[in-house]
Amino acid sequence: MSEQTYQVIIGLEVHVQLKTESKLFCRCSTDFGQPPNTQTCPVCIGMPGSLPVMNEKAFRMAVKTAIALNCEIPEFTKWDRKNYYYPDLPKGYQISQFDLPMSCNGWLQIESDDGEFETKKVGITRAHLEEDAGKSMHDEVAGKADSSIDLNRTGTPLLEIVSEPDMRSAAEAKAYLTDLKLLLTYLDVSDCNMQEGSLRVDANVNLHIETPEGTIATPIVEIKNMNSFRAVERALIYESQRQYEVWQETGQQLGEVPKQTRGWDDQAEITRGQRHKEESSDYRYFPDPDLVPVKVSSAEVDSLRSEIGELPAAIRLRLVEEHGISDYTSNVLVNQGRGVVDYFVAVAEATGNGKTAGNWVQQDVLRTLKEKEIQIEQFPVTTSELAELLTIIERGELDNSRGKEVFTEMIETGKPAAQVMQEKGIESVDENQVIELCRSLLEQNPQVVSDVLGGKQQAVGSLIGQAKQQNPNINPGNVRQILLDLIQEMN
Amino acid sequence: MTSIHTNATDWLQQLASGECTSREITQLYLDQINQHDSTIQAFLQVDGEAALEQADRIDQRRQAGQPIGRLAGLPVAVKDILCSLDQPTTCGSRQLENFRPPYDATVIARLKQEDAVLIGRTNMDEFAMGSSTENSAFQPTRNPWDTDRIPGGSSGGAAACIAAGMAPLSIGTDTGGSIRQPAALCGVSGMKPTYGRVSRYGLVAFASSLDQVGPLAGSVEDLALLMEVLAGHDPLDSTSAPVDVPAYRDTVRQPLEGLRIGWVPEQFSSGLDPEIEAAVRESIRLYQSLGASVEEISLPHAQYGIATYYIIAPCEASGNLARYDGVHYGYRTNEQAMLAELQEQRAAVEDGQAPETPLVRMYRKTRSEGFGSEVKRRIMLGTYALSKGYYDAYYLKAMKVRRLIRQDYDQAFQNVDILLGPVTASPAFRFGEKTDDPLAMYLEDLYTVTANLAGIAGISIPCGFTSNSLPIGLQLQAPPFQEERLLRAAHMFQQATDWHLRRPELS
Repeated sequence: MSEQTYQVIIGLEVHVQLKTESKLFCRCSTDFGQPPNTQTCPVCIGMPGSLPVMNEKAFRMAVKTAIALNCEIPEFTKWDRKNYYYPDLPKGYQISQFDLPMSCNGWLQIESDDGEFETKKVGITRAHLEEDAGKSMHDEVAGKADSSIDLNRTGTPLLEIVSEPDMRSAAEAKAYLTDLKLLLTYLDVSDCNMQEGSLRVDANVNLHIETPEGTIATPIVEIKNMNSFRAVERALIYESQRQYEVWQETGQQLGEVPKQTRGWDDQAEITRGQRHKEESSDYRYFPDPDLVPVKVSSAEVDSLRSEIGELPAAIRLRLVEEHGISDYTSNVLVNQGRGVVDYFVAVAEATGNGKTAGNWVQQDVLRTLKEKEIQIEQFPVTTSELAELLTIIERGELDNSRGKEVFTEMIETGKPAAQVMQEKGIESVDENQVIELCRSLLEQNPQVVSDVLGGKQQAVGSLIGQAKQQNPNINPGNVRQILLDLIQEMN
Repeated sequence: MTSIHTNATDWLQQLASGECTSREITQLYLDQINQHDSTIQAFLQVDGEAALEQADRIDQRRQAGQPIGRLAGLPVAVKDILCSLDQPTTCGSRQLENFRPPYDATVIARLKQEDAVLIGRTNMDEFAMGSSTENSAFQPTRNPWDTDRIPGGSSGGAAACIAAGMAPLSIGTDTGGSIRQPAALCGVSGMKPTYGRVSRYGLVAFASSLDQVGPLAGSVEDLALLMEVLAGHDPLDSTSAPVDVPAYRDTVRQPLEGLRIGWVPEQFSSGLDPEIEAAVRESIRLYQSLGASVEEISLPHAQYGIATYYIIAPCEASGNLARYDGVHYGYRTNEQAMLAELQEQRAAVEDGQAPETPLVRMYRKTRSEGFGSEVKRRIMLGTYALSKGYYDAYYLKAMKVRRLIRQDYDQAFQNVDILLGPVTASPAFRFGEKTDDPLAMYLEDLYTVTANLAGIAGISIPCGFTSNSLPIGLQLQAPPFQEERLLRAAHMFQQATDWHLRRPELS
């Protein structure tokens, strides 16, 4: 399909586990990866008579996030029960927020790295808090249908962020998720780990198709089970095309068939219809009488707003302005998170050369992080050590390639640049010594002198090689300059 | 005087002066239970040995001059709806027959902290749904005044054990009248505190916005004693109020000067038993003789109380009782039998498709078998009322009426200090009389539900007897957190009358 015959309409629902120490309505730990059912109490396993008490910290974290998403924070919000039966939902209802969520009407700006789409604001319909359910593990080996349930996760605070159907391509959806994740990372409110389930994405998608009779809309499909941003992108691309084909076949339009839920099969790279349809469930929401409504004053909102540090969009601009790096480098650094940005800024300030610092951090530091699969916090070379190395290079005491050698050694041994250089016998060479060496080389090679004087400057190349053989610590660029200067003097 | 009908307050004095020991008192009540509870059936559990051990411990501490709690050595009976660490907490239901909570309700913790002797667990309507205790899955409780009659409910065991002298103090819960109505029908005193006054943590929920724990006893003085221990903010219950608790015991004997009493003429209309009406009217005259002024008050929305209550309570119950699904604790249907049945049905249909999944079948059978019919009725009522398309017409409307009922009270209490009226329209009825007519049973709560809907405090005290010797209750109501006023007003009445001192002859 080469021509654009339809417009994709995408809205995303993102569930984010908030990084609190304890659960939303009890004091149990939210630690991931503990033995099953070890982080539970009467409240989160829904024992008779137990009562929820709201975790104020989780609520504040949610409000902070909503503020960063440019949401309105209503003065009054309440808790509702969402009723449904499932073995990993021990109370038979989930405490959530229905008609009066803690935030609404926000937006998130998305940008394209490669100009695939124009910068735009994606609307945030609402963001509300709710408790997570437990985990069901189905073991259907040998015809047995045994299921185990782990309630460690039950009651973990979840922020559900619902976007407007404002995205028009899989790329926009991916950018939305990337920028959202970056924002949440900067706010330090979530681990955003899709593998561990601390960030989950559902997509609502349909098409607007131009026909001679006007624009028609295809039925909305909700896609679930997407375990990475890449999966979201691929699922959306697949689903758009599938809907187009179904439309060509059946002509079905929005409203003619009930909303469908489809699951993404990452192996087969297709979406499959799921049996349990959303529209058939009636959650019988009603206000939870065990919890009191929450009032949020504008003073509290202001105080939370002041706690929010500088956010990615502002940092991108600042790095360019204050440190003279390119938009591209700034983007790469900011997208790595606050740790990398702080690292870069420290190096740039210590060396006074933002551009060099930017290049080194963007290339050498980030590559090492990736290779070693570590975070910037675990990076063995401190900012002052890197700055020292860059200053040595800047002074011409090391050439770039030897500099990288030293850098690699610093990473491996954790030793500072000066010590590495000393141990490897890399020493800064006395300028007079180099001049002496060059002079003797020129005396031994009159042919080179005459070649250069004859206009063949590249003839000094052979002498640079010889100089390096005699003293490996010399800087080739420096030797070349001295040789040329001496030849000029001889003239 | 050491009799089973000695007031708790008097027992405390005798314990303090060394006239008797906690063991003696505890033994006295255990003997009465042994002798008569096979007839009355007020208790679901009595652990005499544990009670005596606790009594001994407290006696020793008292003798050693160590600090002891405010209820030290006093036996207290607890309604089987308050979670007690490692003790059966059945809620009168098969569903929780084998359930032992791994924690104490806050109320239980407070009783333990004050060194009460927890003497046993009292019978109740299943999940507190009922007005006769006939809905207990285990046994009916008999009214000690007439064993052919019900004791009221849902705290039927809690009221009957006081009337029968099986405990000096007991704890009940009141969602629509479940303390006050059985107190009235059994001729004892009982109080429903303001919503939020007593922690609900560990109280197995029926209707969370209405449930409240309260005391039952032989006198208002004793209610004051218990209230002081029960009341107070609990960080484990978000709906419990951070309001200071007065020293009820110290003030309960102080009469109220210039007490303004309101009565509601609508409550004396047709339907009210003439003997009850006479007794309540006599009570008004008595208060006048004690110096109170009396005024007619209108509660225009009270007539919608029952309708409102029977929307809101079942709606909340349908959610609260969803957890009894056989997955994590409590009753579960026989899985083998269930799977065999499913297999059979699968074989019987052509396509081999089961009518439902094993999980759904397990849920359905567990809940069908574990709950009694009244509980199922209310779960269905609530589920229906909350369903798509009905929410606005039922739940939302009921919540609006609820606010109007509260406003009526707020207005009334601008003119009077307390409201006075009947507790029930008729005295204790015979077993089975209303079992086939749920609506007639629901009307037992006619005069009591509005206090729960409005969240205010109410008390029931004996004010007379019918010609066939059945107790009649008098209800007093006060604004939120005015339990002290209520107790003082009720004590004034008991100072001037002896209805509360009468006890049934047990055969």
